[in-house]
Amino acid sequence: MTAFLIILIAALFVIALWQISKIVQLGKSPEANGADGEIANDADNNRQGKYMLYFVIAMYVMMIACFIGYQDYFLPDAASAHGAEYDSLLLLTTVVIMIVQFLTQALLHWFSYKYRGRKGQKALFYADNDRLEFIWTAIPVVVLAGLILWGLFSWNDIMDVDKHEDPLVVEVYAYQFGWKVRYSGADNTLGDANVRFIEGANILGIDPTDADGKDDMVATELHLPVNRPVVFNFRSQDVLHSAYMPHFRAQMNVVPGMVTKFSFTPTVTSEDYKSTEFMTEKVRKINEIRRQKSKELEAAGDVALDPYEFEYYLLCNKICGASHYNMQMKIVVESEEDYNKWLETQTTFETTLANAEN
Amino acid sequence: MGQVIAAATEHGHDDGHHHHKETFVTKYIFSTDHKMIAKQYLITGLIMGAIGILMSVLMRMQIANPEQPNVIFEALLGKWAPGGVMDPNIYLALVTIHGTIMVFFVLTAGLSGTFSNFLIPLQIGARDMASGFLNMVSYWLFFLSSAIMISSLFVELGPAAAGWTIYPPLSAVAKAMPGSGMGMTLWLVSMAIFIASSLLGSLNYVVTVINMRTKGMSMTRLPLTIWAFFVTAIIGVVSFPVLFAAALLLIMDRSFGTSFFLSDIYIKGEVLAHQGGSPVLFEHLFWFLGHPEVYIVLLPALGITSEIIATNSRKPIFGYRAMVASILAIAFLSTIVWGHHMFVSGMNPFLGSVFTFTTLLIAIPSAVKAFNYITTLWKGNLQLNPAMLFSIGLVSTFITGGLTGIILGDSTLDINVHDTYFVVAHFHLVMGISALYGLFAGVYHWFPKMFNKMMNKNLGYAHFWLTAIGAYGVFFPMHFIGMAGLPRRYYTNTNFPYFDDLADTNQLITYFAIATALAQLIFVYNFVKSIFYGKKAPANPWKSNTLEWTTGDKHIHGNWDGPIPHVHRWAYDYSKVNENGEYVIPGQDYTPQHIPLQDGEEEMNH
Repeated sequence: MTAFLIILIAALFVIALWQISKIVQLGKSPEANGADGEIANDADNNRQGKYMLYFVIAMYVMMIACFIGYQDYFLPDAASAHGAEYDSLLLLTTVVIMIVQFLTQALLHWFSYKYRGRKGQKALFYADNDRLEFIWTAIPVVVLAGLILWGLFSWNDIMDVDKHEDPLVVEVYAYQFGWKVRYSGADNTLGDANVRFIEGANILGIDPTDADGKDDMVATELHLPVNRPVVFNFRSQDVLHSAYMPHFRAQMNVVPGMVTKFSFTPTVTSEDYKSTEFMTEKVRKINEIRRQKSKELEAAGDVALDPYEFEYYLLCNKICGASHYNMQMKIVVESEEDYNKWLETQTTFETTLANAEN
Repeated sequence: MGQVIAAATEHGHDDGHHHHKETFVTKYIFSTDHKMIAKQYLITGLIMGAIGILMSVLMRMQIANPEQPNVIFEALLGKWAPGGVMDPNIYLALVTIHGTIMVFFVLTAGLSGTFSNFLIPLQIGARDMASGFLNMVSYWLFFLSSAIMISSLFVELGPAAAGWTIYPPLSAVAKAMPGSGMGMTLWLVSMAIFIASSLLGSLNYVVTVINMRTKGMSMTRLPLTIWAFFVTAIIGVVSFPVLFAAALLLIMDRSFGTSFFLSDIYIKGEVLAHQGGSPVLFEHLFWFLGHPEVYIVLLPALGITSEIIATNSRKPIFGYRAMVASILAIAFLSTIVWGHHMFVSGMNPFLGSVFTFTTLLIAIPSAVKAFNYITTLWKGNLQLNPAMLFSIGLVSTFITGGLTGIILGDSTLDINVHDTYFVVAHFHLVMGISALYGLFAGVYHWFPKMFNKMMNKNLGYAHFWLTAIGAYGVFFPMHFIGMAGLPRRYYTNTNFPYFDDLADTNQLITYFAIATALAQLIFVYNFVKSIFYGKKAPANPWKSNTLEWTTGDKHIHGNWDGPIPHVHRWAYDYSKVNENGEYVIPGQDYTPQHIPLQDGEEEMNH
């Protein structure tokens, strides 16, 4: 591999030298007679103006190609209640900005081409037009006002964590470099906690004297019952982290010294999400890539990659140290019964402490 | 003030102007001549830029082929690439130092420092800055801070690696990551010196613009470049001290046991004594500078483009008053939008609504500027010099990058794209590439004035087109991997099989990045060669109206050999015609600012 790279770089270097020599030739262009040779003349204007036109056409082709070629990069439909609204707002905003993008880039480059300099061409002395300027101040004002209003209503709605009746209260706990979940147990109230209580089996620093904490349960996977609102309390033990759950359109920073909150209602179970057309196709494609890669790995004597099966995940999205890139947790959304069944297998804090003493 | 200076130089003029003999040291090193200081800023900035770009190429190579051995890593990173495989910590260090260097050292000092210094005295008709000495001190503090920042690359545990935003506790606690030890200390020291440098520079610019304009140069006759530099300097004076305060408090937390930003931390099996501070407070302080900083970077580039687009369109800039008003509006709003970096930081959601509102407001003056540029091109006689191409390119990337800001500035939409590659694509286009285009445009345009030589135009064209194609090739696809939810600052994405299908696109982006970086060598070659072997520049190569082209080609401290010209009109009388439809000055499509009004000519009531 290294040998191959060295050869490759040597080859690139030779090509670079060759190109540089060509550039040097270009630098000694014959038309250069005196300093005027370095100022754009009609021929330059003509050529560069045309390039501007080609450039904008190529740019349109690239933009369209990106939207078509990368359409499965967009996240699939949201798996949370507020996510549908988020997706509509994103779609509307994207459509608006792409329309503006297409129009303004067209004008900019078309004018650069159309009015490219020619000898004898007279520019129009046109310094001001209050009406025009009023129009293009007013249009953004109106469009943005619409987007802002919709955005603000959604924002207020999403960020109001107290709006739910009988939500499930869950703590998501971050540390370098992993996540833990604390369920609040039968009382649906999390016990007080502080890093100063961390000791032995009490890895999350739950206050052992607080009665609310006795039935709390600490888990390494986030299980959520479908269609029940969840209020997340985020806590970090060391540095800033960010709990990012892209498929639920949810994100909140996790800040040491304070509890941050976010809430949403998961609406699609893991099983249903996996079997959507989009996800089946996406996973098939990913597994094809992994198979190809495994072949190469096996040929080189390495271990092959496991085939991939989609699971919701939570990942860290705020730089937090060396292993920031691998700080993730699996999320499972399941039916109420499955969730309760799973919860029964978890140990309460009281039991954990008792076991530790034995 | 202006009179005192004029009298002093009048005296100097009598005995041939060079009565104090310049030695090599006073002329080239500890110079107080604003033109020389500008060149010092430019060359230091370009060298820092080369380092910053090289770092980005290393990062891109890692992302394209994660955890693969690479001889280039082995050669350049040494012990941080054991067996040629990049270490995750050094990846984060590259992310951090690349951001710091590009934002502060290249685009603040290299762009604004260079052109504010060079153009303010020349375009307002002054012999030099208000204080040549402070100006010199400003440059040398900048040089010192650059040297410290570079030296931090060589400390044992590596340079700062907590991101250019250096959020505590990661940056405050040495146990959190290796870069938060000596490396972070040097980062903070370097930035403190940088801020001092920037403040000295900015105060000088403000005072010079207010006090030292030549006779007739009213504020409404100032070229837009000067308006941009002037307002940029004011934003700098307002916001940089806040970063200084944040840095100082962080130093206290790090070294003296205070708890401004730290509370309840358990790290490496130990509880720290800090209690009661808040990292969110640091975020507020940081972004109170950090957001205006975006405009500190961008406004000078927009000022430069205004001037270049008008000159090369042979037309007045459209809507001069609206352009000035937009600069002022942007400057004001830029100080009250910082919270849009913190929608999901845990601050009160109500604040999020306010910041969404102010943030989308700032889109309005930005849109006005873009439309005015486009209208300036309309029915022009465009002279497509390399500087003009870069200016048009700036408008293009400013629009593309600015539009995605509408998504990010909306608190609701920010939830799911925050800290993904979508953000990276957005700000690289709108402030990185746009400001770099402004820098290049400025260099191509004012090179003849700086060095009395012409740059090669064909190399300039090659440089522009390769850069333009490369910049979109890198950053347009990047929006889409961001939409997939790919987080930024990940050393590798291979731990998430969900991202496996993005790997091809990441490789494509890397190829474009390497090609674009190599294309900059054309610029370096052209720049260096033209300084020594370029063709001698005519007095006013671009047929421009502003005062800097009236100095003649003698490069003297004091700028004008004779008296300072007086100003009789604004800077944009291009292709102005009288009632007969003839140019105001027959046969010449421009009327420089120092030409008095001609018979029967009406002054533009702008």
